[in-house]
Amino acid sequence: MNPLLITLLIPILGATFIQLLPRDKPKIIHRSALIFSVTAFLISLVLLFGFKTNIEQYQYYAYYPWISDLNAGFRIGIDGLSLMLVLLTTFIIPLAIWISSDSIKVNIRQYYSLILLLEFSIIGVFISLDLLLFYVFWELILIPMYFIIGIWGGKNKIYATVKFFIYTMVGSLIMIIGIIWLGHYVGTYIIHNSVGFTTSLVEIQRYANQIPINIQNILFWMFAISFLIKVPIFPLHTWLPDAHTEAPTAGSVILAGILLKMGTYGLIRFNLGILPQASLAFAPFIVSLGVVGIIYGGLLAMVQKDMKRLVAYSSVAHMGFIIIGIFSFTVIGMQGAIIQMINHGLSTGMLFIAVGFLYDQRHTRLTEDYGGIARLIPRFSVFFGLAVFASIGLPGLNGFVGEFMALYGTFSSPFLNNHTYAIVASLGVIIAAVYLLVMYKKAFFGKITNPDNNILKDINLKYGIIFVIITFFMFWIGLFPSHFLKFSETTTNKYINNIELIIDK
Amino acid sequence: MLFTFLPILSLTAFILIIIIIEAFVKNKDIVYHSTLVALICVGLTVIFNFNKNTDFLPDFISKMLVFGNLPSFFDLLFILSGLLIVYLTKGYLARLYSHLSEFYPLLLTSIFGMMLISHSKNLLVLFIGIEIMSICFYALSGFIRTDIKAIEASIKYFIIGSFATGFLLFGISFIYGATGSLDYQAIFQGVIYNQLTNNLYLLIGVSLLIIGLGFKLAVFPFHQWAPDVYTGAPTIVSGFMSTAGKAAGFIALISFVSRILMNIEYVHSSIQGNLINLQYIIAGIAALTMIIGNITALVQKNFKRMLAYSSIAHAGYMLMGVVAANYAGIKGIAFYLLAYTFMQIGAFVVAASLENDSSTEVSLIHFKGLAKKQPLLAALTSVMMFSLVGLPPFAGFFGKYLLFKSAIEGGFMWLTIVAIIASMISIYYYIRIIIEMYFSKEESAITVVNLNYNKVVLIFCTAAIIILGIFPNVILKLFN
Repeated sequence: MNPLLITLLIPILGATFIQLLPRDKPKIIHRSALIFSVTAFLISLVLLFGFKTNIEQYQYYAYYPWISDLNAGFRIGIDGLSLMLVLLTTFIIPLAIWISSDSIKVNIRQYYSLILLLEFSIIGVFISLDLLLFYVFWELILIPMYFIIGIWGGKNKIYATVKFFIYTMVGSLIMIIGIIWLGHYVGTYIIHNSVGFTTSLVEIQRYANQIPINIQNILFWMFAISFLIKVPIFPLHTWLPDAHTEAPTAGSVILAGILLKMGTYGLIRFNLGILPQASLAFAPFIVSLGVVGIIYGGLLAMVQKDMKRLVAYSSVAHMGFIIIGIFSFTVIGMQGAIIQMINHGLSTGMLFIAVGFLYDQRHTRLTEDYGGIARLIPRFSVFFGLAVFASIGLPGLNGFVGEFMALYGTFSSPFLNNHTYAIVASLGVIIAAVYLLVMYKKAFFGKITNPDNNILKDINLKYGIIFVIITFFMFWIGLFPSHFLKFSETTTNKYINNIELIIDK
Repeated sequence: MLFTFLPILSLTAFILIIIIIEAFVKNKDIVYHSTLVALICVGLTVIFNFNKNTDFLPDFISKMLVFGNLPSFFDLLFILSGLLIVYLTKGYLARLYSHLSEFYPLLLTSIFGMMLISHSKNLLVLFIGIEIMSICFYALSGFIRTDIKAIEASIKYFIIGSFATGFLLFGISFIYGATGSLDYQAIFQGVIYNQLTNNLYLLIGVSLLIIGLGFKLAVFPFHQWAPDVYTGAPTIVSGFMSTAGKAAGFIALISFVSRILMNIEYVHSSIQGNLINLQYIIAGIAALTMIIGNITALVQKNFKRMLAYSSIAHAGYMLMGVVAANYAGIKGIAFYLLAYTFMQIGAFVVAASLENDSSTEVSLIHFKGLAKKQPLLAALTSVMMFSLVGLPPFAGFFGKYLLFKSAIEGGFMWLTIVAIIASMISIYYYIRIIIEMYFSKEESAITVVNLNYNKVVLIFCTAAIIILGIFPNVILKLFN
């Protein structure tokens, strides 16, 4: 059986299985959720080892007929880009599940089922090779996330979850017209010359170059708005700080670590892959928005008193680097963007776990309530510092690689042909250093200002293992990025060649 | 030959038998059970009629009635809706009002009217069908005779309905005058061969017909009666009228209006004329219906009223399929109606579960904290709401997808964009129910009516919504 399909199905099996467990056995529920998610991770490793890095086509391809009437099939497969993101998903989810046992005390069964349902739909998004299937998974994510924030969230959870739901749904409703129109246009005017319809991604990608530019331009925005909301890019970002802050720790980790990448994944797969001419035309605009996001997100992060909110705004800034890397249309820029997706998942995920660790003990996230806690919990402080440094982009850690490559790609991009973007965006790195280091200093160093903090306990074995694993990957990517970059190289080359071919015409 | 005709014939027989049983038998449970049996039997005859050749029917049938998969599908839809409602009456009527068994023959007769509509091939048959259905609806909506609201609903419905009948009949007479025939086929041919597309009388006739059907479908600007009637009528009757009744209106519209438009556009695309402009008028009606239905639903506090306005909006979405004037549109409407039947009946059952007696007005505050008290009911309600929003993997999404696709293929991009905007508006009032149920800290004091009848229907509807949402092909392949 196709290992890709198994990876997809294990979480949903887990979600169903957990519903059958007795309600009053939280430990068993927690452990079985963990076991299912770890199994999904192990099987996704099979995907990694069987993956051939030099093949352009989608691998592990599987097709099952679904709605023959609409030529929509259950088509799945991965290339280098989706492989990286699937692995990121299967890697982060077990960690998110593991840390949940401390903070989730009510409706435990539903909680773990929803997390596994979320994992199922996220993997589905990354491996679908059919636009309708992609859309179904894309929307399916809303349901578990809506409940996770709404039931287990913080004080302002209703406002946050409704805002999240409406923002995403508005974007996806626009995308569904794009999908139908694209399928109708390619099916009717390009493939069949009579009434026809298809949502097969492979087929659409093959003929996409023939779509006239004026239609491409409209389709570009129909897809882009949805993805840009998800990334999120300035000025569509306002749902993110609320949702991140109010979500339970695991929710924030998944939201920042994986869900945001669905936006950038969609931009590469659909906007760049299907509508290259329009992407070129709008690249300067989107890159400018990305740059504005980097600066704006950073400036807002500087004035946040709440640590979780600070990390949330820093996400807006970091996602900006991914955007400019993608729309630089250079191999190095896009490779940087892809590796930055992984980096952001790791470092921001770790920061959220760390803030959640503090919150579980002290029930406050305000920087001013801490101070000098490095003396009380030294080991935790070291790991927190590492996550901060990785997030800033200190050489030797992972953040540096991604940001450097994305900036270099933007700087040297022959298509953008403008150094200003990269120069302004680099200011973002400095701003990031300012807000993260100031927060780190205020909360961890100096005198112990608040006696309440004396109750803080240092990390136990569980958090130790989690932090060590994440830190290990941070150093690995930072020191040997080529170990990771090689998986997505062929895919990136394919996309960039496609764009260069269009320019040559 | 007889077998093709059997669904309508057997239903007529069953209605007569049940009226007699009802008059002479004291034990009213027998009426209830025989109605269920009747509906199941008729349903089975309909199922056997799928994919049957119907070319060799004698004239006295084939001149008046049409058979095939599409009418059979609609028959099944009416019967399904009727079956769910009849099943529910056992709990609902017995609890809220003395168990009056006239309900069952009335309901069966209205289904008979609907089946005539779906099989009609002649405007006179269509008219008879619509009248039979409507008169039963007037009686059903005022069925609880001691409830002042129900009586108000019934009278309001009767007056507006009679008014609509006038339009319908007037329109039919104009069409007859212009084309010299009541038979659809003859009308289409007359229109094409005699170049009647600019004929003023035909235009007036078709417009009046559309107005008459518009009243029955409750589309803007003929929708004002619907909220009052759906709120005042017994909850399960509202569920029946807003699903099966709507489906009957749509099959009438499909079989007459979209066929005219389709014939003109596809068979003789060179023909131009004002009749084609009807498409744009219906498109305008559709756009306004969706927007106004959804905006008004947004501000409703009463749950049944909200559902009534949302049902107006859903009729607007379905009109897109008529406007598109292609087979994809007809398919889309048929699928959407099926999905909508499950969602809407499910939602009305939720309302019925929260009604302790007929004077309770279920409003949004009654949903507060329902997830804690009734986790199953809350979960099933959420599925209904998500499906009504149009979220995959539920059936509502595929209905919308098919309709949007047909409209885009028919060249109505702007209408699709209006529909998207309308859907965006609708998000909030549907998920508000979920917010109240799951995220609210307070709990409403209402006691939930725990009837197994309600639960069975809700679970059945939810399962159908999920199955249709994941495997829509099951239904779609019927229309190939």
